[in-house]
Amino acid sequence: MSANLAEGESRLLYPPPGLPPGGDGGASAGPADEDLRVVAARHPGRWVATAVVGVLLAMVVSSLVTNDRWEWDVVARYLTWPSILEGAWATVRLTVTASVVGFALGTVLALMRLSRSPLLQAVSWAYTWVFRSVPLLLQLLLWYNLAYLYPVLSLGIPFGPEFLFFDTLDLIDKFWAAILGLGLSQAAYSAEIVRAGILGVDQGQHEAAASLGLPRHRQVRRIILPQAMRSIVPTAVNEVIGLLKGTSIVYVLAYGELFYIVSVIYGRNGRVVPLLIVAAIWYLALTTLITVVQYYVERHYAKGALRTLPPTPVQRVRWELQVGFSRLTGAPVPDGVPPGLAARVRVGRWVAPRTTPTGPTGPKGGAA
Amino acid sequence: MTGGLLEIRGVHKSYGLLEALRGVDLTVRPGEVAAIIGPSGSGKSTLLRAINHLEKVDRGFVSLDGELIGYARRGNTLRELTEREILRRRTRIGFVFQNFNLFPHLTVLENVVEAPIFAQGRPRTEAEAEARELLARVGLADRADDRPRQLSGGQQQRVAIARALALRPAVVLFDEPTSALDPELVGEVLGVIKELAGTGTTLVVVTHEVGFAREIADTVVFMDEGVVVEQGPPADVLDHPVNPRTQAFLEKVL
Repeated sequence: MSANLAEGESRLLYPPPGLPPGGDGGASAGPADEDLRVVAARHPGRWVATAVVGVLLAMVVSSLVTNDRWEWDVVARYLTWPSILEGAWATVRLTVTASVVGFALGTVLALMRLSRSPLLQAVSWAYTWVFRSVPLLLQLLLWYNLAYLYPVLSLGIPFGPEFLFFDTLDLIDKFWAAILGLGLSQAAYSAEIVRAGILGVDQGQHEAAASLGLPRHRQVRRIILPQAMRSIVPTAVNEVIGLLKGTSIVYVLAYGELFYIVSVIYGRNGRVVPLLIVAAIWYLALTTLITVVQYYVERHYAKGALRTLPPTPVQRVRWELQVGFSRLTGAPVPDGVPPGLAARVRVGRWVAPRTTPTGPTGPKGGAA
Repeated sequence: MTGGLLEIRGVHKSYGLLEALRGVDLTVRPGEVAAIIGPSGSGKSTLLRAINHLEKVDRGFVSLDGELIGYARRGNTLRELTEREILRRRTRIGFVFQNFNLFPHLTVLENVVEAPIFAQGRPRTEAEAEARELLARVGLADRADDRPRQLSGGQQQRVAIARALALRPAVVLFDEPTSALDPELVGEVLGVIKELAGTGTTLVVVTHEVGFAREIADTVVFMDEGVVVEQGPPADVLDHPVNPRTQAFLEKVL
């Protein structure tokens, strides 16, 4: 159309001032160049694929609704059953405590591994080696049987006198046996994640911090770790989600977390599948919560690494709705919507030409 | 600011089998501007990093106003300092990196005040006021709250210079400060360094800009293969080099 006209021709094809737009002659005065209509490309392959997946999805949903063996009424009844809620809460407590223990110890192990002392390096390496190699189930049972190895635990001077004595059975109950098992093995994995994060920070950042004479702890806490967090967070959240589901293994200690409670209930009433679904829904909900938290934590640590932060999901949905509304009604796009997104308003929609053209508007740069 | 006296005596440094520095002697008087030039791999950057003790030297020593960098001298023994003492002495030396190395997660102002507050223990209000003055001096008063990645390369390097000056150093070391910049941004950074050259702070600049060296340096030092080959006023070293290696290098770059 007129946008492709060579320089010089445009003057002839545009109507002189005062003539109504779209008047006689082959060429019509369309909208200004920047308001040209955009026709969306057609994607027949995509439409077919969408239809196929849509049908499959409908089949799944219909079978979920029509097959009464799912026993949704039972699921609904047990979803908020008091002992199930208690179990879910126990799962949350296990996950949070084991994550804190795991990542605190993991950070220490990572710093040991990066220290210049060969002994510290070796101990850190050996810890990771042992705790990554032994199955978690086996570790849990070992910790639970710690009282067999050491009936009494004491606090004192190494190889010297001891002052405080504890009965191991009192100290390490099921909860703490689970925390030791989950937390100590988690530390082995977290150590590697934290170490990778620290190694990923540019060498120049270490040098700049050192050249400014900043104290060592300040270099690590203020300069290195915040930048390392950017690569630590996604993997760390993966680990926390793994841990959340991994807590179900604690049922071997008969500790009352979600999965153990569920198995006790279906052991009594025989409604196995609906109760497994109840547990699945709770794990799904908790994982969703963690994912939402992850998004905002990542955004926090992205400051400075990106020139502009990506929009939050809430912002994105709001903008999409505003643009969609403008496409349907022709209302102007509200302020605050990024121009790139706002431009989509014109895709597949005719924008009315300007009512009173004041003169020929040639292609951009044509005036020069 | 008063400049420091920098003395480099018999400095050797090897990386594995590669001898980067092979006995460097150099004195930079207080307030003097020394430009170090030479082919790549000649040990210029290594020498600069040794001055700041970012590299530990194998033999010889570097001292600032008679105080050894990285060691304490007792008679004929050099006692290695603890990291804490090294960090304290480093605050007397400013370092400007080729790649700026600003902290991307901190704002421009936070970058500048970090060391005065946490390495030198100065009060925050004082440090911030001085930082804003320094930013104004490098022409970036209005960018204090931006983050480094929102600035151009030339602006980032000017922030890096302000950050180095915030320590009120006796010596400022520049490691090829314009090599990572687009050609049209080189001028603004050189302008800031030139302005600094008149203020009495001792400056050591490793540079590829021979014209700039001629303009600001009191002494031009030519290094090759880990030693100082020739040094003297720019008019002598750059226009009438005595050593054939200096002649060959200058023929190539001019």
